[in-house]
Amino acid sequence: MSREKDTTYEVPIGPIHPALKEPFLIKFKLKGEEIVDAEPFPGMNHRGIEFMGMHRNPMEVIPLSERICGICSIVHQHMFTTATEHALSIEPTNRARYIRTIMCELERIHSHILWAGVAAHEIGFDTHLHFTWKIREKVMDLLEYIAGNRVNYSMWTFGGVRRDITEEMYPKIFETLEYYENLYEKLEEIFLEDPSIKLRTRGVGVLTKKDALELCGVGPTVRASGVKKDVRIDQPYAAYGDLDLDYVIPSRYGFENKGDVFCKTVVRLKELLQSVDIIKKCVEQMPEGEITSEPKKAALLNKLGKSAGEGIGRIEAPRGEAIHYVRLSEERDDVDCWKIRASTYNNLSTYAPMFMGEQIADIPLIAASIDPCIGCMDRAEIIDINRGEVQSYTKEELHELSVKKTKQITKGGVE
Amino acid sequence: MPTQTIYTLIKQLFTKKATNPFPVKYTPENMHDAAELIEKDELEINPPVDVPPNFRGKLKYDIESCIGCQLCVKVCPSQALVFKEDNTVRHYVNRCTFCGQCVDICPTDSFEFTDEFLMAGPEKLYEDLVLNP
Ligand code: SF4
Ligand code: SF4
Repeated sequence: MSREKDTTYEVPIGPIHPALKEPFLIKFKLKGEEIVDAEPFPGMNHRGIEFMGMHRNPMEVIPLSERICGICSIVHQHMFTTATEHALSIEPTNRARYIRTIMCELERIHSHILWAGVAAHEIGFDTHLHFTWKIREKVMDLLEYIAGNRVNYSMWTFGGVRRDITEEMYPKIFETLEYYENLYEKLEEIFLEDPSIKLRTRGVGVLTKKDALELCGVGPTVRASGVKKDVRIDQPYAAYGDLDLDYVIPSRYGFENKGDVFCKTVVRLKELLQSVDIIKKCVEQMPEGEITSEPKKAALLNKLGKSAGEGIGRIEAPRGEAIHYVRLSEERDDVDCWKIRASTYNNLSTYAPMFMGEQIADIPLIAASIDPCIGCMDRAEIIDINRGEVQSYTKEELHELSVKKTKQITKGGVE
Repeated sequence: MPTQTIYTLIKQLFTKKATNPFPVKYTPENMHDAAELIEKDELEINPPVDVPPNFRGKLKYDIESCIGCQLCVKVCPSQALVFKEDNTVRHYVNRCTFCGQCVDICPTDSFEFTDEFLMAGPEKLYEDLVLNP
């Protein structure tokens, strides 16, 4: 590095925090407060969950797969199950497809509301954090009511689902959907119209359409830049093929496809409404029939042990497209090979252009904008290369900085 | 300026709490005293919340109907079930993930979920935490 007169700092952020599911490290180069370069380094932690899966039979891996992520537990369970179904040519029943779709969309609702709360917290509006997480309880209650437990739903099995959505459950489902429809306007008013939030999110963390395409980002992160990419439409799974869906991109709602944090908020909020619609349609069109095509579990276990094949499961997770690859062999009862590619892995590379030219105080918000867990911010160091000094920022201090910026912008008029 | 934020904040103060309350508001200084007070009905506690209809709580094992086919042992992801020489299974509650695969696969329905979720014990192999030891 050249010894320029103006000091350039290097700030590594990450990599490991026990609360994280996808730990990563980003090294920032700073000129004063401004970020001039950002480089993400994924692959900082290996949980060995794939290895664990390769020492268990496919039936045992279903509960294991939903424990990959606490928020996306349905997503991973769906991908593993569909990948294995693909390998063994098992077809899920029609009713199961609809139930799967409903569960996936319920999870999207809770994940997006959770994200909105985290974003509000990073901006410095803890009121909104509490408000959004409070309204999230309603969908969590519904999930608990349908699946029996609050997280880790254990709903999937090869060929269908394990628990039915019966007609007695419909009133509660519709009540919850109505609750969100009524609240939606308020959410929009808070996140899209509040002047202080707008100041912090507009034009911050911009990802251009070109960068989004080149860096292969997925999910709401790139849809905010106007990229039409959604597995539910591009390669429909479960019951999405029967539904008439359209890509949620900001320009559909009269906003510019700028790809900043504001646009990402727009996409996530609109998807909430889209999910409500999808669930409504699914409940109305729910076909009669069996919930699983393989009701004999013992025979299924036998079949799984004896068959060979490889399969792929794709899904549009709340954070974007994710993939599971599964290979089964005749010699082993256990899964022969299992590979997971989660959406945050793709989205990490979009960090580089998003951070460029922004300020330190924006780091938490931009990092949160792709919806990862940012617990890894627990340990950030600033190294002044010219003086060889090391300064440390904890997550709390970074958060403080962010809150301070909001206060400065609004001249102390918030909270 | 009277934005939605301020309006929400004020309204939040008067609405019902979303979270489930703790049994008592503040941690008692002495647990034994508190337990005695509860027994004497002098200290009121918030009861546990209701569980949902399909709740997966602590398992119940019916040793009489078990035929020792070992299918449950094969599908248990966390090795919470161990086959015993007398053709029955031992269940370690502390390892169980409550996935319910054993309940689904058992041909004689020897496993069943209960609504019990208070399962703390002083040690891992506490007598309540091992079924059919
Ligand atoms: S519920 Fe799941 S983890 Fe618990 S004993 Fe049964 S199979 Fe094992
Ligand atoms: S599956 Fe049922 S019958 Fe077979 S060993 Fe387990 S508990 Fe006993």
